[in-house]
Order: sequence, then C-alpha cells, then structure tokens
Amino acid sequence: MRLYAISVYLFLYIPIGVIAVFSFNAGRHASQFMGFSTKWYGKALSNPFVMDALETSLIAAFLTACLAASLGTMAAIALQGVSGWLRTLFDALIYIAVMIPGIVIGIATLIALVTVFGWVNPMLAALWPEGAAAPQLNMGMGTLVAAHTMFTMALVIIIVRARIAGMDRSLLEASQDLFATPWGTFRQVTLPLIAPAILAGFLLSFTFSFDDFIIAFFVAGSETTLPIYIFSSIRRGVTPEINAIGTMVMAASLMLLVIAQILLRRGAAKSG
Amino acid sequence: MRQLGRNGVLLAPAGIWLLVMLVLPLVVVFIFSFGERGAAGGYVPALTLEQYANLPARWTAFKNTLILAPLGTVAALLIAYPLAYYLAVRCSPKWRTTLLILVIVPFWTSILIRSYAWIFILGGRGIPALLAMVGIDDVRLINTPFAVLVGIVYGYLPLMVFPIFVSLDKLDKRLLEASSDLGSTPLRTFWQVTLPLSVPGVATGCMLVFILLMGEFLIPAILGGGKVFFVGNALVDLFLQSRNWAFGSAVAMTLVIIMLVTVTVYMKFISRLGGQRDDISLM
Repeated sequence: MRLYAISVYLFLYIPIGVIAVFSFNAGRHASQFMGFSTKWYGKALSNPFVMDALETSLIAAFLTACLAASLGTMAAIALQGVSGWLRTLFDALIYIAVMIPGIVIGIATLIALVTVFGWVNPMLAALWPEGAAAPQLNMGMGTLVAAHTMFTMALVIIIVRARIAGMDRSLLEASQDLFATPWGTFRQVTLPLIAPAILAGFLLSFTFSFDDFIIAFFVAGSETTLPIYIFSSIRRGVTPEINAIGTMVMAASLMLLVIAQILLRRGAAKSG
Repeated sequence: MRQLGRNGVLLAPAGIWLLVMLVLPLVVVFIFSFGERGAAGGYVPALTLEQYANLPARWTAFKNTLILAPLGTVAALLIAYPLAYYLAVRCSPKWRTTLLILVIVPFWTSILIRSYAWIFILGGRGIPALLAMVGIDDVRLINTPFAVLVGIVYGYLPLMVFPIFVSLDKLDKRLLEASSDLGSTPLRTFWQVTLPLSVPGVATGCMLVFILLMGEFLIPAILGGGKVFFVGNALVDLFLQSRNWAFGSAVAMTLVIIMLVTVTVYMKFISRLGGQRDDISLM
C-alpha cells in the first residue's frame, strides 16, 4: 500500500523533476544531459520575446485577479440577501461558466466579439468628429482580461460564498445588537472574516489567468502571453530554454498556491 | 426594498459581465451553428441544418474524444482510488495534510508545461531508449493514443484523488471495525462497506475529470502530434485554420450537448445508486 503511494508520487513528480533537471543542462540538445549550467536561465531572461510575453501575462493576470476578486466578492455578498428567480439565474450562470469547456468559451467569445466589433467600429467611425481618428475596438488585452475575468469571477463567487456560509451568524447578530450600522458590521465583522477567502480567490484567479492557454489563444488577438509563446515554441521543438522558463513558471505558481493555502487554512481555523 | 436595491447594485457588475462574456457568446454560437460559411471564411446568416448534417466529416475527432475521455476517466479512477484510500485510511494523520497538498499542487501548475514534460519521457531518448538498452527496440510512444492517455491521467489525477479522499475521510472508521468484528475479511469489508460509502466521491471525481476531458485540446495537441486529436483540436482547426465559423459552431454546440446529456444521465444513474454528489472545493 505504502509502496503504491510512493510510486504514484513518483509518477506525479518525476516529469516536473525532469524539466527542472534539464533546465540546468549545459548541452544544446534538450534530451542529453551534458553538465550543469544556468546559462539557459540567462538566455530565457534576456530573450525579448519571452520578456514581452511574460509582461503581457503578468498584466493580464493582475488585472483579471483584481476584477474577479472585487466583482466576485460583491456578487457573493449580495447573493446572500437575494432569493427567488434572481438567485436561481445567478446559480445557473455560475454553473454554466464553470461547466462549459474553456475551448468553447474561447471560440464563442472570439466570434461574438469579432461580430459585435464589426458592427460597432463603423458606427464609432461615423459618430466621431471629422478629422480625428475614431477609436477601434479590437481583440487584445481588453478582451483577454474580460474573458478571464468571466471565468475566475465565477470561481471567486463560489469560494467566497462557501466562506460566508461557514461564518458564525451570531457574530453578525451581536454586531447588530450592539447598534453597529450595516456598513459598520460589514467592515468590522464580515470583511475580516471573509478576507482570507477573497485573497485566496485573488491568487487563484491570478494563477488561472497566468497559466491559461486555450482561452487566451482565441481572444488575445495580437497579444502573446507566456503560455502562447511556450506552446508555439514546443511546436518548433524541445529546447533547454523552454525548460528554464517552465521551471521558473512552476516555481512561481507553487509559491502563490502555498500562500493561498496558508491563507485559507488560517481563515478556516480563525472562525472554526 | 432598500435591501434589494443595494444587493442589485452589488450584483449588477457581475451580472452584466456574465451576460456579455458568457450568455452573449453562447447565444452567438447557437445562432451561427444554423448559418453558412462565407466565401472567404467567417459566417453568412442563414437558417439551415446543413452544418449539423455535415458533422460526420469530423467523426474521427468525436470518436477519439468519446473513447479516450471515458477511458482516461476510468484509468485515472483506478490509479487514484488506492492512493485516496491510503491517504484517508492507512496513512498516519501526521503526514496526511502534507501528502494531500503534494497531490493537489501539480494540478495548479501549468498543464501546458506538465504535458510538455512527457515529450521528454516518452520521446525517442526517454523510455524507448531505456527499453532499447534491455533489448526491446523500436518502441514508439510519443504521438500515440497511449501517450495521450498517459498525459490525461497525469494531468487530471489530482482532481480524481481529492473528492475520493474527502468521501473516504468522512467515512466512520467504526463501521470498518464493526465489519471486521463481525467476522468479515478485509476484502469483504472493502466491497460491502468502504466502496459503497465512497460512491459520492468517485462520482464527483469522475464527473470533474470527464467534463474537462471532453473539452481537452492541449494534451492531444502536445502528445498526440496531430495523429490523435479530440473535438477540441478539431475546433481550433475549424476556427483558426479553415475559418469555417458556421460548421465550427455546430461542432461546438454538439460537444456541449453531448456533455450535458452525458452528465445528466450520469448524475441520474449515480443518484439511483443511492449516492449523492459531494460538493468539494479544491483548495
């Protein structure tokens, strides 16, 4: 039994280990180890395409996480006080958002937005004053963040709602009995209690957006995110540089996840 | 009334977002699936079932998905169950949390990079080279259905282990003692007590993995090398290469409908078995 568990853990971690080990490979060929070197890390970090893609990914992930965490938290709090058709509608939409495959979300968003932009852009051009260049709506950073926010916001709503449901109601009643205003109760009781869930939602949204390939592949327009860059490089062949990038990306996501875990656990422990 | 007003203001941004970025796109796909392809690609409005009639042209992609998605789900289940059992029942509580986190962690790192790792291991200089050393030559692993299956199991194993662990962990251990006190063999205890009680976790895990597999694109693209492709790969091809939006929309609608029907039937089946779905969170 124990031996079995160990072999499953080996199965889970050997591939990750292989990438990490080969990222320190001095040789040019990715699959033969020729001695230790950190030169591929240097190569990766000084490659302008990699750095541009990294910047795009970081900006998109940060904006997505901010939007998803704030909109999702607002919705989760409001949903507590809502019943009837509105609540059913929201539950259904959140369910659909999580259920529909990312690839369908990606293509659906692409053709819908391209079609809408195809109508709106000529209208904007017609309405705009003569002489000035009318703004053009295009697929790019905006649509990427909008699509990622849609999915991650649904995740944040689920996480924060679970936290609110696990909250001790008597604390809210106590606060009201002690004549706190609703806003005071929210700021001094509710918010501190759900803060770990919000932060965990923020970090998850960030990680999702940063790692996502399939939605970005369709809606990012001319922007290249890091996963898109890695995917197109893999198509051209396996290189030690990609191993170095992969190792760095995995290390960074691991750090974020460990932080998210600690926050959620601490939050759960605090309010039992 | 004031209450509703405030909640309405808080809900509006999320609601509008879901409407524009989820409902609108899905409605557009639905409408486009009844349209026609323009001469230079894209979409021309029409009301025809032609695209749906044309679906057999992509039969291979549907066949691969409908074979490998259930197969991958079952393979992941068979590998995950003993591990979940070990974590919930056998392993010492001191190590349990750490070992659990070690299962979940890979799931939250980029599936792109984790699938890519298997190009190394299954590629010419990986396992086939090792096999050649012991005299087994000419083994091709990469770009085969087997490679895709390995990638699938590897990618989604954590998602299967976790819900099974949750339901086994909730299981009252005294039931197991009672069963053995009453003279059951360990195997019989497992079949008659443990397994039936873990059905909710198994059901959740299978559903999560199956849903994700139905829409899979990356793993077949990376490990199938264009030879083993899923509906997801067909969709990428239809939208980005041949720019056939109408037919692509019909394929996408069909995929979603197959998923919804399978999941609904599956849930009915599971609830008849007496289990209920556990709501789990992955964090």
